[in-house]
Amino acid sequence: MGEAIVVTSGKGGVGKTTTSANIGTSLALQGKKVCLVDTDIGLRNLDVVMGLENRIIYDLVDVVEKRCKIHQALVKDKRFDGLLYLLPAAQTVDKSAVKPEQMKELITELKQDYDYIIIDCPAGIEQGFQNAVAGADKAIVVTTPEVSAVRDADRIIGLLEKQRNMEAPKLVVNRIRNHMMKSGDMLDIDEITLHLSIELIGIVADDEEVIRASNHGEPIALNPNSKASIAYRNIARRILGESIPLQPLEDANKGVLTKIKKFFGVR
Amino acid sequence: MKNRQNVTIKGTKEGLVLHLDDSCSYEELKKELDQKLSANSRTQEERHLITVKVEIGNRYLTEGQREELKSLIRQKKNLVVDDIESNVITLEEAVRLKAETEVMTVSRIIRSGQVLEVPGDLLLIGDVNPGGRVIAGGNIFIMGVLKGIAHAGCFGNELAVIAASSMKPSQLRISDCLNRAPDTIKSNEKREMECAYIDESRQINIDRLQVLFKLRPNLNRFEGGH
Repeated sequence: MGEAIVVTSGKGGVGKTTTSANIGTSLALQGKKVCLVDTDIGLRNLDVVMGLENRIIYDLVDVVEKRCKIHQALVKDKRFDGLLYLLPAAQTVDKSAVKPEQMKELITELKQDYDYIIIDCPAGIEQGFQNAVAGADKAIVVTTPEVSAVRDADRIIGLLEKQRNMEAPKLVVNRIRNHMMKSGDMLDIDEITLHLSIELIGIVADDEEVIRASNHGEPIALNPNSKASIAYRNIARRILGESIPLQPLEDANKGVLTKIKKFFGVR
Repeated sequence: MKNRQNVTIKGTKEGLVLHLDDSCSYEELKKELDQKLSANSRTQEERHLITVKVEIGNRYLTEGQREELKSLIRQKKNLVVDDIESNVITLEEAVRLKAETEVMTVSRIIRSGQVLEVPGDLLLIGDVNPGGRVIAGGNIFIMGVLKGIAHAGCFGNELAVIAASSMKPSQLRISDCLNRAPDTIKSNEKREMECAYIDESRQINIDRLQVLFKLRPNLNRFEGGH
């Protein structure tokens, strides 16, 4: 019996989809059988980030309305040997096409075959959110070091705490810009965790590579040299129960050349 | 038994006291009251208003019955009902009364969008985050950081106070007074162990916690000790 984890944030644009894709990828890299579920019905994009857009035949709504079998709708990721699948969202209908009970049923069915089900939640707190959290056992709340994102995360945590059969949510702080955090222009991590008072499961630095990788349909977690990739892999390992210290934000091991480049302002 | 009176009238310094027996039926009582007062009003016409206190012993009167008695007495020209005193209240009233005087202890974080409302005093062990709101009929005591909105004395109690381990509210309300945080806050400023109350000029004032026992001695529930 697998575990269903919903990735949510309240506010849009903080990196829910990227986080879902990369946690899913990292878990698959660890040898777990993973199914990604895109619940942002009407506006799917997890398939684009995963580079699986062209292979979609059926979607979540087709499954829920019994137009196809669940395994027919699942898109297999060829990069992993049968370890990573995606259940895409529909684009033609809106969020009201699915009810929370139906989602619950669907996730329960998926839990039979997969170790981890990662549910990508839409922004907002309306029906789409209710659908996404309905079948989940755990939750990961994504936020960025901005006051508005933290405020929304707080609201979402309040709603998640009301859900029955759900563990206390865990926090991912995304898009950290170290220099801004140091100068006090951004909220710092301690401040955010203290304010939200939930367990921190990972921090991810703001990295242009993430955007580049997303646009190419290749989750950054596949690239072992990127800092963001290591951060996502660490989150996956923490989900698996390993205890790993947080990555230092400073680039301590940068080469002399980069230091000189930085000194002259060359990127 | 026949001679026993259901309505007795006594004169005191404050005015008249009508004592209504609590063992007879309500209808009987009304009839006798009407007779007695009619007999009286004939002799006491043309006099100024007299306030009457009605004691009804262990009888429970509904709101409608109270009004009925009041209007019955008011019909007699110079009598005005000041108060109806009863020894009994309904269970519902008793529960409400208990809730209003009770200190409700809550241990959780009030997050953005959440509202916690209690009829009496509130003791919150945890924070009130920005966008969160706590409302109490009485006082609010917060062991934690108050960053959201706190509204004490929401039914109009102006003596209510708000105390917090760390006072950084976005808004404070006591009764119908309102006070909001300044637009520019010095974030390094420590606001610890403070309380808010309504001062003489009907403004919400924030001060050290220690001023409370002088300003609001009625906060003490504990009697005795040395």
